[in-house]
Amino acid sequence: MKDKDYQEIFSQFKGKEADLLPILLRIQEKEGYISEEAIRRISKFLKLSENQIYGVASFYPKYRFNPPGRKSIKVCMGTACHVRGGKFLSDAVGWKLGINIGQTTEDKRFDFQRATCLGCCTLGPVVKINDDVHSRMLVTGLKEILEKHD
Amino acid sequence: MISFEQRQDEARKKWNALQSSKVPVIYVGTATCGRAAGAMDVLKVIRRTLKEHKLKAKVVEVGCIGPCYLEPLMDIVVPGNPRISYSNVNAESAQKIVENYLLKGNPLPMLAAGHFGENGHPVTAGIPRFFDMPMLKHQVRVVLRNCGYINPDSIDHYLANDGYEGLKKALAMGHEAVIAEVEEAGVRGRGGAGFPTHRKWKICRSVAGDDKYMICNVSEGDPGAFMNRSLIEGDPHCVVEGLLIAAFAIGANHGYIYINSDYTLAIARLKTAIDEMSELGLLGKNILGSGFDFDIIIKEGAGAFVCGEETALIAAVEGRRGMPRSRPPFPAVEGLFGKPTIINNVETLGSLPNILRNGASWYKQYGVPGNYGTKTFSLVGSIRRGGLIEVPLGIKLRKIIEDIGGGSLKKFKAVQTGGPSGGCLSEEYLDIPVEYESMTAAGSIMGSGGMIVMDEDACVVDLALYFLNFTQKESCGKCSPCRVGTWHMVTILERITKGEGTTEDLTKLQTLAETAARASLCGLGQSAPNPVLTTLRHFRSEYLEHVQDHYCSASCCQELVKYYIDPEKCNGCQRCAEICPTEAISGVRTQLHEIDFSRCIKCKACYEVCRFDPLAGNAISIKSVRRVS
Repeated sequence: MKDKDYQEIFSQFKGKEADLLPILLRIQEKEGYISEEAIRRISKFLKLSENQIYGVASFYPKYRFNPPGRKSIKVCMGTACHVRGGKFLSDAVGWKLGINIGQTTEDKRFDFQRATCLGCCTLGPVVKINDDVHSRMLVTGLKEILEKHD
Repeated sequence: MISFEQRQDEARKKWNALQSSKVPVIYVGTATCGRAAGAMDVLKVIRRTLKEHKLKAKVVEVGCIGPCYLEPLMDIVVPGNPRISYSNVNAESAQKIVENYLLKGNPLPMLAAGHFGENGHPVTAGIPRFFDMPMLKHQVRVVLRNCGYINPDSIDHYLANDGYEGLKKALAMGHEAVIAEVEEAGVRGRGGAGFPTHRKWKICRSVAGDDKYMICNVSEGDPGAFMNRSLIEGDPHCVVEGLLIAAFAIGANHGYIYINSDYTLAIARLKTAIDEMSELGLLGKNILGSGFDFDIIIKEGAGAFVCGEETALIAAVEGRRGMPRSRPPFPAVEGLFGKPTIINNVETLGSLPNILRNGASWYKQYGVPGNYGTKTFSLVGSIRRGGLIEVPLGIKLRKIIEDIGGGSLKKFKAVQTGGPSGGCLSEEYLDIPVEYESMTAAGSIMGSGGMIVMDEDACVVDLALYFLNFTQKESCGKCSPCRVGTWHMVTILERITKGEGTTEDLTKLQTLAETAARASLCGLGQSAPNPVLTTLRHFRSEYLEHVQDHYCSASCCQELVKYYIDPEKCNGCQRCAEICPTEAISGVRTQLHEIDFSRCIKCKACYEVCRFDPLAGNAISIKSVRRVS
């Protein structure tokens, strides 16, 4: 992100402590993650210590501190998906990509996240790749959708 | 600027024009569940088909009407005929239906799910009434009345369906009268605890000062619950109207909607709603000439289940770590930015416009004394007809699961309510009424509305572990009974699911759970042990079989099962050997295959292939074998 991008985001806020969470969200939407540089700049803007900002940001599961992959895979770990075998899917995705939850593949193709609930519980188990929701997934169907998103 | 009444008239005219439209109208449910099932593709195909045949028709996107198992849903109204609903449409069938119905006048009754008119119309011969379908027949739609019916992005649709009538009435009644009306209606917080709404309001109202805040809690963090999201996606104005009514009652001039940032569609719909309202003078200064000022800020949350707790939510809105604090002082006295604050659940707010518009006595026709009104549930899991439902309180659990949901897929085992804070109830509890007190007495809670049905394929110990894993990750770490207690419970449960537990572990688990429930600071820690306590109470035998026999009757706990090939059924198709990621399966074509247990990682791939591939023989089974001691 460039100087201009930060200025554009900061200009939407008054600079109060209560603006911290939305600012972090806007930056993550733009850059995909919260970089050290971003934390330094927010610190100056809101006049809060970098530690405090990192402390708040790391409390919430939404914020990430590593650059994401080009595609993001989310396996739903909601209850309805769990009772229909969601765990097998997350194991299989990890196995297929060779990474754990929260990591990005070395070639930056995919990153792998867990979702608490994607809100389409009757269609479980569900896997979301970027904005595409794949419902009633099978372990054996993963190969196909991963190739589709190649 | 035109007055509210003028706009209302215009909206009604527009609505009536749509109802008696000269051209056909096609409605597509494009809430999150519909989109996941492919509604956006259907929408594209419909638009393309209309263009191809140069057909004139209006296409309207609506919210979720409830039966998610039928998604994507497409409704067609041909002028002069009742609205006909088609379920589970895909690109192919959508084109077929549109072409047949609009071009040839054949509504294809085979593909139709139901119609919205009266029986006896020639076009609807062979099609049942939509609301006569078993899933919908037993429901009462109060809060969800507009969902799937109106265009959520249009304030005109809402106005034409008596929108903001409740607010108008509330403003004319005055603060105290609104609180009295809500007290008379006996509204209880729909977030789960069931605290009487008017009591909270009265405390806040009685605190001196002009700076007060009203917050709508959309921090819907329970896995398996989507009632609040569906309501906002389908009818955002009814929630915002409720927020205005509540704010007026307590005398607050600033409103916040704290919403999970993952709810992108819901946020977009709320933003549209707020813009339209400001334009109409329903927000800002001197609303409808009553002297009441109000503004709304949408605050996007960043996850964290604990932020559903009132004081943690306030901390999150203020830009801090979402950690709860000890109470008192209660938020009604000292909340957001130190000012009196009321936090209400989405569904509580969603019921207010109906109560104000129709009166408390109308609302009290639903439900039973002490538990008036309706409750929405997301009925999911191993159920035939899953989706979003709304039922009057006091209804029997059995009626929800069997009549509305159509029963479990396999033999019923348990129903889980209240998410990670709730509990599992066994078959014998199905005849209790769905009321706050009776659910608590049975060991579970009403909760915010998650209802997950489990059949014999689900293991309750595994489920308890699942929920404890969840709460342990979501524990904010402030108090040790919750932080350490949940961690220890997870460790013990993991041991049990691996077949390494002892009977002593069950006693330890019980003690730990009771201690954490008593000693934790906030609702998260106090209720986190509920999944353990209720499963220990209702399904002790299942814990014992894990501990004593190293046996999981649901064949669910991975460490306790093995994969087997049935020699009678295996036709040697080699499908499983090809797909096995660890080369654990070997065998020559057309001959019986073998599984090498030392290599098998139990990934389920061979099981699925053997079951679903047309060439395979459905020979692989997953079984847990009782240890003989």
